[in-house]
Amino acid sequence: MVSLLDIIGPVMVGPSSSHTAGACRLGLLARGLVGGTPDRAKLELHGSFARTGEGHGTDRALVAGLMGFRPDDDRIRTALEIAEREGLDYRFEKTTLDEEAHPNTVRITLERGERHAVMTGSSLGAGRVLVTAIDGFPVEVSGNYHTIVLVAEDIPGSIAKIATLLADDGLNIANMRLTRQRRGGDAFMVIELDDYPDEGVRDHIRALPWVRWAFRLDKVSA
Amino acid sequence: MYHSLAAAVRDAEARGLSLARLALETESEDQARPVGEIRDLLGRALHVMKGAVAQGLTGDLKSSSGLVGGDAAKLVHGPAGPLAGTPFRDILARALAVQEVNAAMGVIVAAPTAGGAGVLPAVITGLAEAKGLSDDHLIDALATAGLIGAVIAERASLSGAEGGCQAETGAAAGMAAGAGTEMIGGSPTQAMHAVALAQQGTLGLVCDPLGGLVELPCVFRNATGAAIALAAIEMAMAGITFAIPADEVIDTMGEIGREMDVRYRETAGGGLAATPTGRRLAKERLVQLKKR
Repeated sequence: MVSLLDIIGPVMVGPSSSHTAGACRLGLLARGLVGGTPDRAKLELHGSFARTGEGHGTDRALVAGLMGFRPDDDRIRTALEIAEREGLDYRFEKTTLDEEAHPNTVRITLERGERHAVMTGSSLGAGRVLVTAIDGFPVEVSGNYHTIVLVAEDIPGSIAKIATLLADDGLNIANMRLTRQRRGGDAFMVIELDDYPDEGVRDHIRALPWVRWAFRLDKVSA
Repeated sequence: MYHSLAAAVRDAEARGLSLARLALETESEDQARPVGEIRDLLGRALHVMKGAVAQGLTGDLKSSSGLVGGDAAKLVHGPAGPLAGTPFRDILARALAVQEVNAAMGVIVAAPTAGGAGVLPAVITGLAEAKGLSDDHLIDALATAGLIGAVIAERASLSGAEGGCQAETGAAAGMAAGAGTEMIGGSPTQAMHAVALAQQGTLGLVCDPLGGLVELPCVFRNATGAAIALAAIEMAMAGITFAIPADEVIDTMGEIGREMDVRYRETAGGGLAATPTGRRLAKERLVQLKKR
């Protein structure tokens, strides 16, 4: 569903809603997967991101997002210098992902302490983004909601348990999707929430013995 | 939000509402957010738009590559043409101003995109200035523009990489035409004709920026996009109607975008970007960018 505020917005540092603001939002979502500013980042640019990214500040905007800067943050302009100063070790590569990939796509590989994550996402235009894969699981995360992503053992009742846990915290689920690579294998859950889940909620989910990991991706749209 | 302008106009007129009011109420229901909160967010966008107009009109901006900048101020201080002293010239200056700020990595509102960000603020703030309209009118105009843009997003595209410049400055011209018409007293039906009149004038417009940068011709295309929006508003207010419904004009834009060769969709592979001068300038400027 398209919102008025998707169209009249985002408020952003120029020059391109897809190559600058969208790139920043993809960086912000990736940051959520390691729970903060990564120590190391590899950013593989595909299609138009690779061809015209530099002139649009795509590199700066992606790194700014990884550091938690939002699309309207002036610091995007000097994000690469800030990253170097603060010890974020980033590396850009140009690549060709599969033929079907959207022209503005990036694959981001992150390390923060013991935590690793790989995220693929595309910038769809007008600042809208879509994360299409996390750690090899196909997903659809728009960043239009506060989102919890988690990997759990595929056991009966897992969805009900998590839904109850969220309801107990007063959180309303907007969308919930489950993907798994094979029966009995790990299940990847994407839960989009109307309300902001605080750290306590994530801790409750992480405390479940069959949950391997859980992260919160903050809403990136208006 | 709506998928069809005809449906929006029908509902607005049946309920005796403006398109702006209809847009705000629909958004409020869709997002479960109070109308006041949506108005506040649009008010913030308006504040940023006005700031970008003011910053751009001072004229001391240069884009990252140095290809564009300083032209908005020429329309303020430069020699007179046939439109001197009219809102038309002022609106052209405002469109260039916002886009020069954008090219210099300043803060703007993507409306609908950053590449087309000059058209809407130029047209609505310029008309508000000429007619003495308040910020409340401008916030309403942003809501109307948002509804029109949402319909374009659903039926066609708002991305130069997908649909060419017709999907960016063209869409912005349609949004500005409808919003501007309603803001100065046009009915929802007149606003819809203004959208069709603006959009028909931008069909087929390619996205061909030099070096892929949102600079040239983007800055100037925002000014000509604003001019097309003004022409559409003038015709719609005079009672002129366009025989093909706005929804069908928008569908046509989508169809042309899907058929458009990839060279004309933001890849710098065709159009002005591929001219001998376009290639030379892009090469020089990109080398300069890398040196920074």
